[in-house]
Amino acid sequence: MIERTPILDLVTHVFLVLCIALVLLPVYLAFVAATLPVAAVNSAPMPYLPGDQLFTNLAAAWAREDLGRQLFNSMVMASGIAFGKIVISILSAFAITYFNFPFRKTAFALIFASLMLPVEVRIVPTYEVTANALTPFIWLIETLTGGMIDIKLRWNLLNTYEGLILPLIASATATFLFRQFFMTIPDELAEAAKIDSATPMRFFFDILLPLSRTNIAALAVIMFIFGWNQYLWPLLVTTQEDMNTIVIGLNRMMPSMDAIPEWNVVMAGALIALTPPVLVIVVLQRWFLKGLVDSEK
Amino acid sequence: MSKSVIFGNRWLPYLLLLPQLLVLLVFFFWPAAQALIQSFMISDAFGNTSTFVWFQNFTRLFKSQEYWDSIRVTIVFSVLTGGLALSLGLLFAIFADRVIRGTAFYKTLLIWPYAVAPATAGALWLFLLNPTMGVLAYLMNKQLGIHWDPTLNRADGMALVVLASAWKQISYNFVFFLAGMQSIPRSIIEAAAIDGARPVKRLFTIVLPLLSPTTFFLLVMNSVYAFFDTFGIIDTTTDGGPGGATSILVYKVYRDGFVGLDLGSSSAQSVILMGFVIALTFVQFRYVERMVHYKS
Repeated sequence: MIERTPILDLVTHVFLVLCIALVLLPVYLAFVAATLPVAAVNSAPMPYLPGDQLFTNLAAAWAREDLGRQLFNSMVMASGIAFGKIVISILSAFAITYFNFPFRKTAFALIFASLMLPVEVRIVPTYEVTANALTPFIWLIETLTGGMIDIKLRWNLLNTYEGLILPLIASATATFLFRQFFMTIPDELAEAAKIDSATPMRFFFDILLPLSRTNIAALAVIMFIFGWNQYLWPLLVTTQEDMNTIVIGLNRMMPSMDAIPEWNVVMAGALIALTPPVLVIVVLQRWFLKGLVDSEK
Repeated sequence: MSKSVIFGNRWLPYLLLLPQLLVLLVFFFWPAAQALIQSFMISDAFGNTSTFVWFQNFTRLFKSQEYWDSIRVTIVFSVLTGGLALSLGLLFAIFADRVIRGTAFYKTLLIWPYAVAPATAGALWLFLLNPTMGVLAYLMNKQLGIHWDPTLNRADGMALVVLASAWKQISYNFVFFLAGMQSIPRSIIEAAAIDGARPVKRLFTIVLPLLSPTTFFLLVMNSVYAFFDTFGIIDTTTDGGPGGATSILVYKVYRDGFVGLDLGSSSAQSVILMGFVIALTFVQFRYVERMVHYKS
């Protein structure tokens, strides 16, 4: 602090506590609702202090939508996306930074262009190609051979983990991040590796990968949250209940107009759905902040 | 662009790039091309035949009142959400930047809404604001005499999705504003203090002007968020209603394509949105890079 401002300092702390209360409010009230019996939660106004039904409601939510299965699906999808994004982008960044080859700039431009095509703007055709991921190749072969070969191959990704993960793992931002980091690594390291006649892949695994550990950790946290919070894509590609993610499962629990709304159970479900990603951010906060700021550069 | 020390290998770089390029080809460029093609076609109801119709899908779109309504809704929604999330994020950051002890504590408690999925945030706010027993709806009715009903009143529906969307985005803006403030050199602030500038004066004459690159960057990111990432919030809370009052452009693409099965119109809308994203990306890379005033 530059000058002594005791009153302003006090105001600062009071204000920050108010901010936290404001931000916490929805989750606090959801927690209260999740601890009440259904009659209490539907009385107006609802009690503002927790009741004793938390575990009953959690169990009810767990049983209603097969949340265990959906938590598992979310976990697979989020980890798969984090892992996949990191693997394919670190390999691409390695190729672009450490090799000189024809079409290098083209490859870079193609990766860059993917920034401009978020899944939300190509919903229907992406869904169609997911129903048969071989479509582009079949079209290519049929065109090249003038339609003489009629291919009936199908690779249907709907209702599979591959379908949930693969379309979301291309990452221009992660590729840029790794490239930028590789550019800061001293050339002498690669030079030394070459003199010691290490192959490029040996250099990659023994030197580049260990040096990238912090960047990988930071990206993994961000990408995990990104994957966990996906909504539109799992909504489209999973039609079977046992393939839904928990974010979708919670939406299916939302009360309909005609039944008595069991908000206590729904909010218990919401708590289950939001706990894992919130825990990840709170526990791995350092990596999360680094990843968030780095990946937007 | 590449290192001065490079490896010589003819095939390896292509092999390394292959996974990313395959994913891009199958799930990005092919669908984008399909959207472009379909936006010039009209298919019959069974999807058997399609006819090339030039710009008919686009002209039909721009003649429909519904589409213009959706554009207006999207703009109002983005401005309100972005305005609310940016101003609160900035306010939180200004105060958090003043704290010497306990910064980590405040930070932890302010960043976690980032982890909540938009669809889950929608569920939380729908619970607070549903007209029958929502706590906030009850208080508004009792204390302020407002007959709040987001299922019937257009403004209430908009307020519901704006609150849920802004709540989730505050922490993102907070993190970037705080990082921006903490990278302003202490010496500048100290020099101003010696010259007699009090904290409020310093905020307006030094901190905020030096934050302009961060603010500009966040403006772009908040537009992207409001345009695309809020789909889950709208789908859990209002379904685009009441009467299309919260049907933002992305939600309309989804409804027309998957519920209405009007592929031509849905693709034309996709193409227009793609144009918007390309323009935003251009603005971001063209101007954000240039507007950096300071180095840490």
